[in-house]
Amino acid sequence: MPEETQTRNDSDHGESHGEGAPDPGEVTMTLDGRTISARRGEVVIKAAERAGTYIPRFCYHPRMKSVGVCRMCLVEVSGPRGSTLQPSCYVEVADGMEVSTKSEKVKKAQDGVLEFLLVNHPLDCPVCDKGGECPLQDQTLAYGPGESRFIEEKRHFEKPVVLSDLVLLDRERCIQCSRCTRFASEVAGEAQIDFAGRGEQVEVAAFPDTKFTSYFSGNTVQICPVGALTASPYRFSARPWDLDQVESTCTTCSVGCRVAVQSSLNRLTRILGIDSEPVNHGWLCDKGRFVFESVNGDEVSGGRYEGEVRETGSNLATRISEPLVKKDGTLVPVSWNEALRVAAKGLLKAKEAGGPEAIGVIGGARLTNESAYAWAKLAKGVIGTDSVDAQIGDGLSSELVLSLPRATIDEASNAEVVVTLCGDIREELPVLFLRLRESVVAHKTSLIEIAPCPTELTKFAEAFIAIRPGDAPAIAGALTRDGRLDAALSNHPEGAAASADALGIATRLLASTGTDKERGRGRRVVVVVGRQSMAEGSAPVEEAARILARELPEAKFLFALRRGNVFGAIDMGLAPGLLPGRVELDAGRRWFEAAWGAVPDRRGRDTTSMLMSLSGDESIEEGNEISPTRALLAIGADPLSDFPDRALAVAAIDRAEFVVAVTGHRGELASIADVVLPVAVSHERPGTTTNIEGRVTRLGHKVVAPGHAWPDWMIASELAGSLGGDLDVDSVEGIRNEIANLAPAYLGLSNEVMSSSWARDGVVVPIDVNDESVRSNRHEVLLVDPVALPGVDSVERQGAPPRVGSAGPPVAESEEPRRDARDPVEVPQIVGRDRRDNSSGVTGFQTPPADSYSLRLVAQRCLYDSSSAVASSPSLSTLVSFARVRANGYDLDRLGVKTGDLVKLRSARGSLVLEAHVDSQVPRGVAVVGFNLPLAASNGSNGSNGSGGAGGARDDEDGVINAVSMLIDASSVVNDVRMESL
Amino acid sequence: MNHLSPEIRARALEIVALYPDARSALVPLCHLAQEQDGWLRPEAMEEIAQIVGVTPAEVRGTASFYDMIHLEPVGKYVISICTNIACLLRGGEDLLNHAQSSLGIGVGATTSDGMVTLEEAECLADCGRAPCVQVNHRYVGSQTPESFDSLVEKLRTGELSDSIPPHGTLIRVRRNVGSR
Repeated sequence: MPEETQTRNDSDHGESHGEGAPDPGEVTMTLDGRTISARRGEVVIKAAERAGTYIPRFCYHPRMKSVGVCRMCLVEVSGPRGSTLQPSCYVEVADGMEVSTKSEKVKKAQDGVLEFLLVNHPLDCPVCDKGGECPLQDQTLAYGPGESRFIEEKRHFEKPVVLSDLVLLDRERCIQCSRCTRFASEVAGEAQIDFAGRGEQVEVAAFPDTKFTSYFSGNTVQICPVGALTASPYRFSARPWDLDQVESTCTTCSVGCRVAVQSSLNRLTRILGIDSEPVNHGWLCDKGRFVFESVNGDEVSGGRYEGEVRETGSNLATRISEPLVKKDGTLVPVSWNEALRVAAKGLLKAKEAGGPEAIGVIGGARLTNESAYAWAKLAKGVIGTDSVDAQIGDGLSSELVLSLPRATIDEASNAEVVVTLCGDIREELPVLFLRLRESVVAHKTSLIEIAPCPTELTKFAEAFIAIRPGDAPAIAGALTRDGRLDAALSNHPEGAAASADALGIATRLLASTGTDKERGRGRRVVVVVGRQSMAEGSAPVEEAARILARELPEAKFLFALRRGNVFGAIDMGLAPGLLPGRVELDAGRRWFEAAWGAVPDRRGRDTTSMLMSLSGDESIEEGNEISPTRALLAIGADPLSDFPDRALAVAAIDRAEFVVAVTGHRGELASIADVVLPVAVSHERPGTTTNIEGRVTRLGHKVVAPGHAWPDWMIASELAGSLGGDLDVDSVEGIRNEIANLAPAYLGLSNEVMSSSWARDGVVVPIDVNDESVRSNRHEVLLVDPVALPGVDSVERQGAPPRVGSAGPPVAESEEPRRDARDPVEVPQIVGRDRRDNSSGVTGFQTPPADSYSLRLVAQRCLYDSSSAVASSPSLSTLVSFARVRANGYDLDRLGVKTGDLVKLRSARGSLVLEAHVDSQVPRGVAVVGFNLPLAASNGSNGSNGSGGAGGARDDEDGVINAVSMLIDASSVVNDVRMESL
Repeated sequence: MNHLSPEIRARALEIVALYPDARSALVPLCHLAQEQDGWLRPEAMEEIAQIVGVTPAEVRGTASFYDMIHLEPVGKYVISICTNIACLLRGGEDLLNHAQSSLGIGVGATTSDGMVTLEEAECLADCGRAPCVQVNHRYVGSQTPESFDSLVEKLRTGELSDSIPPHGTLIRVRRNVGSR
């Protein structure tokens, strides 16, 4: 076994849980006659809850500040002036405090509060969505007076108020607890709703003619303690007692929020956030909350609330349920046997013509870890190609991601300084935005933001450094070495002076991290690195990350890769040059040859290189030993819509000899592939997933996939059989144990460990057995507070804690890895174990200079884009905005362009007509366009001369859903555009 | 483009400077905006939100709490008639009924010429001269149905425009308490 010496917990922060030793911060108090100890500074309601006494409440929420407005949590507190009723959510514990929660006085107060609350409450529980899981209903039953003296007419309001396309308000049910308005201002940071009116006319309201468009609006529905706020996708669709629930992890982005997935009659009805201390604190973004609709496969038409009751059962309007094979130019349904035979034949033909490397595999970030492993084993072990890439030309080098020390989300939110060198975190990883915002607003963390245009975090940033694409390495160098400040800034878009201040502040901030005792460059610094623009290659930010890693050797990194399980896919070897368990090809060759029989001889191509090779681009073959790619296996990825360079993707797919699309949803590629294999998607298969921190969590299996769709690993296994190989896998559990025995970074993460209560909030890999918390299985017992998270009825029932690492690494004592016993092979080294590697690879990167007539193109990711998941979710698809171009007034004025005018953007690839918007926050010399957004139909025709040569019927703009990709040349580090007024 | 006029906006910024927290200036700024427009327009709320650093929804939330801040257009003159106990005993309710019929509008409505808005008020703290009436929050003394009609007539002809400025104007002499 390898020596587990990772120093994940070498920093002194993030440690707030008390242990056995008496804590000076503890007080002793009396609760209902019992003596309990409580933490100094905490409120009575929380102390009581930990001591096992539940105090009823409405407005109190453990993740928000107490306000004490609902008065439901009144308790009797004895003091020198006799006993008084005080709100337990607002009163802090004190030494010697005597609290009674069950006295006659308290009961009378509770009766009174509930009777008053119910005076203005309609009691329409039989028709209310909240009925059955309603804190008001439940607590009235438990603590209420039993009857009301109110005989007058109840209030009546127009129903419902449409706060947004997703959130509806029935005002008469509201009890004014202010949870939703506080969430909006305190947690989401955008108070788009607030109380309006006075007295009995108080209502939650958005500003006239504006909507509650927050990306986090769905959380207000979940935390509403009555049925006042409802979400349009769920409204009137089910009763809570009919719902079946399983715990899972959201894989919409790579944050990996814990969720409860609920269904009725094999149809997903709702996703609720579960409070996971290290990850999401109970919050979800609206995309993660409502994108489950795409699994149901309903037809997408409008999607807005129209008072309709949705049908039950799975519809297939957007799903693929049968294997399809192209016959005479059209895709026809066939049996699995035939589909696999045709797929194998096509792949073998390519292999015969060009060797195993002629087969390229793109995608895998939507798979479970188990399926990703199976596909990696198929591609690298059975087929023998290393041209495998889970990232679609829109991420970072997998080696870089694995080689730099990884931070956890907790470490980032407890860091002294967070440097963001990535896209807009709110658009890409929304709940990470909430976590970072929380700690920055609370002044726990100082933020240095390096971005091509300001984001929602900018107003909290200590320093905002505006950069143009390609400038990241220069800025990173200036940031860490005072001497080069001027040189780096001479080419700055806002002039040297504008950002010198910001750079100076940032430089001083970084230099002052760490205390005197434990001084270290980069100590308690977390850098969030990601692609800032799809129109910029990954080289500049990668170079900048390497510079920061070299200059701040103790800094840790988070990688803003967005796709659901992209980290799991990389960890499972779905990346060129890597094998499962974060091992490089050469390092793991002997180990995996022993287990798999064979591994590829040399490093393969990444997605861009595969597509260039497919398209017949000679330049990519120069000096490349690998034979050209001929056939393409796309697993849950569609390069036509996802790849940044549309013209290249179109040319590649057109010229590919054979294309197999493995997908659950209809899409552009699935309509033209030679073979389409239907898969079970999220919530339709069990497994595990790995998030941005490397945290492995379980995925729940809630509904059955439609028709003949299979889980991905099963397709890989059967396809291996058709190709004359054998993956030797027969179940998800079997694969998980194989990973636990074979993949170095996942050693010990067996089925037993993963299905234990210890792994409930996930396990950050590689497991560090020197970490005290791992050995002692210590974790806070989660109390599911039915009022904090109504609707989540229970947490998964789990077995006893596993025997983890009591004597050595936590390896389940199941079967030995299948490898040759005569030739014991050392477990290969995990990438990035040796910190001194960090500085390697700093290449002295030079940014191509911009000419003064061009604007540097920034293609920014948006939360609601044209991705197939959003497009096939009726409620979300209406939220996608049209592509437009934002630029500084300085640049637009030169053309005489005002906001709302149409302009033509012309790049070397093509041209595009977009609406222009003046945005003074965008630095000069930059044009910002949302990535993967559709063109507005009104923009008229726009010739795309670049893709014209690629041929095919797909490059007419009518169907183009990713407009800006027509301008981008993926082989170029930066993309410049000329703007012309029309 | 700013909705508030340069003078009003300059005064708004002066008021904001008086407080350690800009948000504290929210209500005074609502009055200022009302002085410009006679009522608090959504555009003004948006600008106030931007000046004091809150969202428009929060401005509306605060403004909607107060009866003296009008979120709907009102007439040039807002007449408030008290119907609390002292005024009730001295004919306040009769006066209100008379006002409704003579103006031809209900409580809360504005005459079609845009001159008068009628309000039923809680105690206006002038019980000694019940039934108590205010025009644009200025006392006009005890009124009978007959004197009320002549009061309205004088308002319409502009005879009282010296003593009663259009609705929204709180003070015509600027005070400089706290500012320099």
